Amino acid sequence: MKLYEYLGKKLFHRYDIPVPHSKIVESPEEAAEAAAELGDVVIKSQVLSGKRGKAGGIAFASNPGEARKEAERILNMRLNDLTVEKLLVEEKLQIEQELYLALTVDGALRCPVVLASLDGGMDVEEVAEGRMIKWPIDVSIGLQDYMTREICRRMGVSGALQKEFIKLLPKLYKMFRELDAELAEINPLALTPDGLVAADAKVTIDDDALYRHPQLPRVKEKTDLELKAEELDIAYVELDGNIAVMANGAGITMATLDMVQHYGGAAANFLDFGGGASVERTAQALELLLGTNPKVLLINIFGGITRCDIVAEGFVKVRESKGIDLPVSFRLVGTKEAEGRAILEKVGIKTFNSMDEAVRHAVDLTEAS
Amino acid sequence: MSIFINKQTRVLVQGITGKQGSFHTAQMLEYGTNIIAGVSPGKGGQNVEGVPVYDTVFAAIEEETVDASILFIPAPFARDAAFEALDAGVKLIVLIPEHIPLQDAMDIMAYAQKQNAVIVGPNTFGLVSSGSSKIGIMPNRYFVPGPVGIVSRSGTLCYEIVGHLTGNDIGTTTVVGLGGDRVVGLNFIDVLRRFEEDPETKTVILVGEIGGSSEEEAATFISSSMKKPVIAYLAGRSAPPGKRMGHAGAIIERGRGTFESKVKALNAAGVEVAGLPNEVPAMIKKILS
Repeated sequence: MKLYEYLGKKLFHRYDIPVPHSKIVESPEEAAEAAAELGDVVIKSQVLSGKRGKAGGIAFASNPGEARKEAERILNMRLNDLTVEKLLVEEKLQIEQELYLALTVDGALRCPVVLASLDGGMDVEEVAEGRMIKWPIDVSIGLQDYMTREICRRMGVSGALQKEFIKLLPKLYKMFRELDAELAEINPLALTPDGLVAADAKVTIDDDALYRHPQLPRVKEKTDLELKAEELDIAYVELDGNIAVMANGAGITMATLDMVQHYGGAAANFLDFGGGASVERTAQALELLLGTNPKVLLINIFGGITRCDIVAEGFVKVRESKGIDLPVSFRLVGTKEAEGRAILEKVGIKTFNSMDEAVRHAVDLTEAS
Repeated sequence: MSIFINKQTRVLVQGITGKQGSFHTAQMLEYGTNIIAGVSPGKGGQNVEGVPVYDTVFAAIEEETVDASILFIPAPFARDAAFEALDAGVKLIVLIPEHIPLQDAMDIMAYAQKQNAVIVGPNTFGLVSSGSSKIGIMPNRYFVPGPVGIVSRSGTLCYEIVGHLTGNDIGTTTVVGLGGDRVVGLNFIDVLRRFEEDPETKTVILVGEIGGSSEEEAATFISSSMKKPVIAYLAGRSAPPGKRMGHAGAIIERGRGTFESKVKALNAAGVEVAGLPNEVPAMIKKILS
């Protein structure tokens, strides 16, 4: 779950990481009031998209009138195809230098890693390899001060700024671990006359750990159907095509989409309803797909824990109750295959042995209809 | 021969009395796995499919030698159960559950490293040495002995490939599922190294997907340290950037982990990448002939 900047900064504040004085607003009038209180301000659109500045979603204002005007402009714009609902109005910092600091997970090393650089404020990908210091952390000892000193030495940082890092980094690490973050990024980390201040916040919380953080706000970045799928614990992603795809397992679902593309078709979605699905769950997944008004339905089942007869039953259930009047291409093999096929044959649905045949048939069907 | 596990490997099932635990215990026993004990707190003294159940891992090892453990434990409790097995000295642990929090997974990996233990998963189908031992949840009938080693990030896709092989009378030595999460224990290189040393494995199939850089790292290893021929299949050619395709790792972020970069790295290491799963048997036949 990605957090909006203002939510990330709230968490920073809770962990005693310095952030600018700010107000969160939803109208030009509120923006003007905030500017009257804060003086020179920066107005930042709160959307879950990078490159807000380049897209015109960040503006400076030196009086309430300007703040009102800029807030109105940003609230009315589409920013990278997103609507802007909230603005963060923040005191303008006196920035001497822009740095970069983040904690993230290194999958290859299987541990958290500190990323630190003197080159902040730009896209992290643009920082030269040697200018980005990476320090993996053994979670059994956690972040120690010697690590911060070493990171500073490698960045070429000493004296007062090093002391600032020794104060700041343990707080960020503590937050990263305690809140089950996947990413806690400060870019830029601003060096001001008052010390280091987090001028931005990019925080992502691990979805799998949200259950132990009931106090955290829930941020929705998904479409209604994606949210519905999430409630059902079905992995679902909307795509642009017209062949609705349903399969069991993330890898094989991706491979099915690849094959659809290979044969010249276009998938409407990624839907993995997982292993060991019940009749009920199969039916729910199907209903979800039918809600997208696809032209063709492609079902690819290789049953391991998943039982073919149960999938077939789920299909028939939805067909009888809701009616499935679009063409279907059904591949069904694995556990209880014969039973599953018998159930489908009774209602006149033919099944395929191979994924290849089923996908080609689905693509043919879209061309025919 | 096979890698990691064989007929003698003595297996413990943690969470043996649950629905998944008991079902897969029966399946593994049917396959021939040497399951010697199960653990389920509060259920000590019972038995599942004839396997004695203990309250704790320590209670089990007082009675039996344990070489490996497989966990059928709900994600919120998986870290505790994995720590218990590691503390008790189990050296191979298979983490079946999905949705284990990332920070928990990192804690498990750190402790496993200290205990010199191997972790498979989380979010894996496990591993099987065909014809001798299965520590996992894959369907029994497709895994027949033969000369091909397989290492895969995803489950059902791996079955799909194995199904094509079995349909062409090609069997496997060992099939290892690495798991679909961002942090997993065994990686491609760990498994490729073992296949390279295993005299019965003649060739290896790597089943990867978009996201992360583990296929690229595997390519570097293959070109520097492997003599055996390797082929690959990769899922996610058609995936749009920024969309997480079910697996935690399967996402193209900031232009990294793309299908093209993986194919390029693998091709440069002499690894041919199959365009479709059904092309794999012919490629393997060519290598074996």
